[in-house]
Amino acid sequence: MIGFRLDRRSNVVPYHQLVEQVRHALRTGLLEPGDQLPTVREVAESVAINPNTVLKAYRELEHDGLVEGRPGRGTFVVRSLAGPSLASHAALRRELLSWLRRARRAGLQPEDIQALIGITLRAYESEGAA
Amino acid sequence: MIAALEATGLAKRYGRTWALRDCTLAVPEGRVAALVGPNGAGKTTLLRLAVGLRRPTQGSVRVFGRQPRDDLASLARIGFVAQDTPLYPDLTVGEHLELGRRLNPTWDDGSAHARIAKLAIPVDRTASALSGGQRAQVALTLALAKRPDLLVLDEPVASLDPLARRGFLAELMGEVAERGLTVLLSSHLIADLEHRCDYLVVLSASRVQVLGEVDDLLATHAVLVGPSDAPEPIPGVGAVVSESRTDRQRTLFVRTEGAVPDPAWKAHPAALEDLVLAYLSEPTAGTLPGPEGSA
Repeated sequence: MIGFRLDRRSNVVPYHQLVEQVRHALRTGLLEPGDQLPTVREVAESVAINPNTVLKAYRELEHDGLVEGRPGRGTFVVRSLAGPSLASHAALRRELLSWLRRARRAGLQPEDIQALIGITLRAYESEGAA
Repeated sequence: MIAALEATGLAKRYGRTWALRDCTLAVPEGRVAALVGPNGAGKTTLLRLAVGLRRPTQGSVRVFGRQPRDDLASLARIGFVAQDTPLYPDLTVGEHLELGRRLNPTWDDGSAHARIAKLAIPVDRTASALSGGQRAQVALTLALAKRPDLLVLDEPVASLDPLARRGFLAELMGEVAERGLTVLLSSHLIADLEHRCDYLVVLSASRVQVLGEVDDLLATHAVLVGPSDAPEPIPGVGAVVSESRTDRQRTLFVRTEGAVPDPAWKAHPAALEDLVLAYLSEPTAGTLPGPEGSA
């Protein structure tokens, strides 16, 4: 079972924050097919948000084929987003850490690093690089 | 569909003072509606009329299609927590529950006791010995135990500390999820209402100023920041609700009509608090649904 949180300062609307948290848990393998999501009541109460927001998030996940509502029993994961890439996360993370150390030594602040990664990623995606 | 709460031309006069005037609104069933406005705007008057504690001077108020005043069947469907969540100071929590059980035919004793136990509130303690947060939770428990379809709360969290406020709102949201009841809640604490209320009623100077679905209202309003010498009217802006300016820059809170295409203006999404404050600061502005449109 996973727990949800809400970033009230975020510009991302609440229902989308909940969707993203489930997708993240599916990508990292924290949630797997067969796992149950907390009930709408549990989320509404623990996060203290309007239950319609939770319903909307669950409907979107269901529409995307990731979860399935089973009447009277709850909402269950039916598909994972963790691909074969999960196994290579650790190695990539090590390389990223050593790159981050070099970036910090070169005098980049965390915001500079985030901006650089964002710009490079966008350029890479827009080139359609292989 | 019948609205959970519907007021038509509702007005209330105390002596020579109109506390509420020409109030027309409908809260659809299943919504968590926020009622906000400055002190003296008529919020408490509207709530008291809605729960049948006062008789309208003009117009009517209906709860699930029936006038609540003097109608026992309607009153049984309404739960009410008055301002400062009053309890009998000398009665214990258990005696409050016993009183509720004897007075209400639809009383759910099991869930009331379960809720008090879950919150670890001692049943043998008198109300005067409870913390503010516990008193509010007991008042909420009493209102919920009669299994209302409409729950009306007048400033329930105003006197609570942040942790107790969150605890109260969490219980309320859980109950809405479980029972699908309609809630009308007045509050000054707009940050507490954000992401919890999905319907908004702004009362100002005894009149309804803003009314509608929170998502719709937020989607059709924005904060615009741009140069002070930008030409008017600004394409994509339906109405300027409020504005502030420096010698170089103007910050506008606007009702939008589609996107604002001019790159000189940077648009930021509206938050509930921005929206409420913008309208309250300009009492002559307003946005109401339906043919009367917006002023």
